[in-house]
Amino acid sequence: MLKVDPEDKAKLIDPLFAPLGLRFKLAVGMLLAIIGWGAFMYVRQLVLGLGVTGMGRPVYWSTYIVNFVFFIGISHAGTLISAILRVTGAEWRRPVTRVAEAITVFALIVGSLQIIIDMGRADRLPFTILFGRLQSPILWDITSVTLYLLGSVTYLFLPLMPDLAIVRDNLPADAPAWRRQLYTALSLGWRGTREQWLRLERAIANMAVIIIPIAVSVHSIISWILATTLQPGWHSTVFGPYFVIGAIFSGIGALFIAMSAVRKALKLENYITARQYRNLGLLFIVMNALWFYFTFNENLGIAAGQQTHEFPVLAAKIWGEFAPTFWSMIALMLAAFWVMVAPQLMPARATRGAFFTPRYAFATATTAALVLLLVYGPIPIGFQAAFGDATTRTVLQAAAAAMLIATGVGVLPWLKRNPTTAWLIAAVCVVIGMWLERWNIVIPTMTHPMLIPYATYRPTLTEVSITLASLAGFALMFLVFFKLFPAVSIWEFAEGRVIKEAQAQVVLPAPEPNERRLRRWGVR
Amino acid sequence: MARWSMVIDLDKCVACQGCSIACRFENNTPVVTPEQARLGRAMRWNDVFPMPVNPTEETGEYPNVKNQYMTRPCQHCDNPPCIKVCPVQATYRDEAGLVRQNYARCIGCRFCTVACPYGVRYYNWYKPQAPAEMQAYHNPDRIEGRGVLEGPAERPLGVVEKCTFCIHRLHKARAQAAAEGRDFRPDEYVPACVQTCTGKARFFGDLDDPTSTVSQLAKSPRAFRLLEELGTHPKVIYLREG
Repeated sequence: MLKVDPEDKAKLIDPLFAPLGLRFKLAVGMLLAIIGWGAFMYVRQLVLGLGVTGMGRPVYWSTYIVNFVFFIGISHAGTLISAILRVTGAEWRRPVTRVAEAITVFALIVGSLQIIIDMGRADRLPFTILFGRLQSPILWDITSVTLYLLGSVTYLFLPLMPDLAIVRDNLPADAPAWRRQLYTALSLGWRGTREQWLRLERAIANMAVIIIPIAVSVHSIISWILATTLQPGWHSTVFGPYFVIGAIFSGIGALFIAMSAVRKALKLENYITARQYRNLGLLFIVMNALWFYFTFNENLGIAAGQQTHEFPVLAAKIWGEFAPTFWSMIALMLAAFWVMVAPQLMPARATRGAFFTPRYAFATATTAALVLLLVYGPIPIGFQAAFGDATTRTVLQAAAAAMLIATGVGVLPWLKRNPTTAWLIAAVCVVIGMWLERWNIVIPTMTHPMLIPYATYRPTLTEVSITLASLAGFALMFLVFFKLFPAVSIWEFAEGRVIKEAQAQVVLPAPEPNERRLRRWGVR
Repeated sequence: MARWSMVIDLDKCVACQGCSIACRFENNTPVVTPEQARLGRAMRWNDVFPMPVNPTEETGEYPNVKNQYMTRPCQHCDNPPCIKVCPVQATYRDEAGLVRQNYARCIGCRFCTVACPYGVRYYNWYKPQAPAEMQAYHNPDRIEGRGVLEGPAERPLGVVEKCTFCIHRLHKARAQAAAEGRDFRPDEYVPACVQTCTGKARFFGDLDDPTSTVSQLAKSPRAFRLLEELGTHPKVIYLREG
């Protein structure tokens, strides 16, 4: 019989056996409906051909590849972060590793599905094994993603094993029989003997080290799929590290969202605390800065070189048809940076000014939105003709920028008071921004080929449905998983508690008082 | 073993698109509706288009505009970017230097279409179809074997196809030579576009044979290759206009 702390039992084990609430059923039903619709659209695409998508020549790759890069990027949340934190022995990691590792597995499943969805002949998938050419980046990708999936499942399962045994031994009396069988079977006879613990610790430590290079290879290889072609905008040496940084960045964002959801839904405020948010947030800020650095780095060469085929790709992002997605991406990342960094720098006294109220922030934000609508709005409002000339536009743009800055300043005290919400806002901005980043990398190059006239790409209902269904599938796996398994690693958290108590008992010798020391030296 | 190559003299090309049509009938290229063509799904293994293709490339200022028509089959590169990325060897370069495409192997990942800088590769977005009247005149030739389907054979849905330099004509010429019990001569075979060319602008032959027409023409100071700077070493050689 494995024992468990009563608080852990109440917070982590008992909710697993609570009757399904209406909200849960409703959520699962909605997600299933979205997935069902997406599955129907996929079968339709399979039968009719990829012609039902918006792709054509030269846009041979589009939304599915964007989703693929995005989801595989998200998958770096988990394993990589939890592995790095384990290897470096960061104590605060304990409550978030389970969520992180679960994200990895689910994002990998959804991400790999995107490739199969994108294949014209999904029935010929076995050919990649039967006739695989190791010279092709796609084979590298299949190898590394498969390895990463196997590694992540192992890495999710290993620390889960003692928890399953704990759940098995602490089942409520009315637990259904199949649940008992499930936990008994999955815990693989874990009894918590010394030998078992030693082996488990060694296995986890080894897996943590093995998984880091695999994770780095996965997103490097995805970038190399693009970078090994000669296409303008892709043929870049910076893509490997750029993609890895972006992947970790979006992964932390996804982790923030997932852990906030788990924390809210299961009321785990005592487990996932401000400390986890803050420490993970510091990592997030570093990644944000690195992301800006790499984005600048990638585009500077193209901007300065102004080559015939390459420059139009960048120009389309800065001024052309990709400007909305490109500048939204930049704005979201800047907003995330501001939300994360500014409250830390703001002295508490400075926030007492009359300007720092939510009301001011709301007013300025509304003004900025109106001005932007006036300048860029898709609807031809009468004003637009009047404000059409360049000078007025510049003035309006500057006004909008000033208003946005005022908004950012105005919300600071609120952000300071609600730090977890602030991190969550930043995370949502980053995850959306990173999807847009993948879009801005894949699509503009596709629409600006070398010997084919420039094209445009509009996703059809098929792509939109399948994308939404993929997100829904990701969320559903999450919901079901945390209804069956504890959201926080019980034994690791208990271990952390023991370490903390032991540390509290250590009494550091108080420094010798100055007077006594001086007397000892014979000064007094 | 020959190294097949094509020379296109742009001075003689009148942009009649005869090559495009001949290719279509020789290789049973699928027909698409105008709406599909607007989505960029028209298939022209041998395309004729104005150069420069895009407005960002240098064209000169009016009235000193420099414009020309370009005719473009598959370049059959010696260093083809497309075959390097294929995960299943559905596209490969054979010993005669032809870049070939096996429809029975292709998994439809479209990596080759993305990797080809010339845009010579076409994907079957829908099941290939042609009006009934045209189907009656389809070229019956096909190259088929165990796990191999090439040439003008009807393509399945969801695979990539491209110019083959009329590989079935080469097969037939070789078979005839074998039936007559003699050696195959490189001048026994030309692709349909070369045969049909109105201005006799196209030449075809063995680049390894120093006496062949293509070898002679390749030495011309007018000779250039498309996107030469990419290092793909195309075996389609153009002779500059003027």
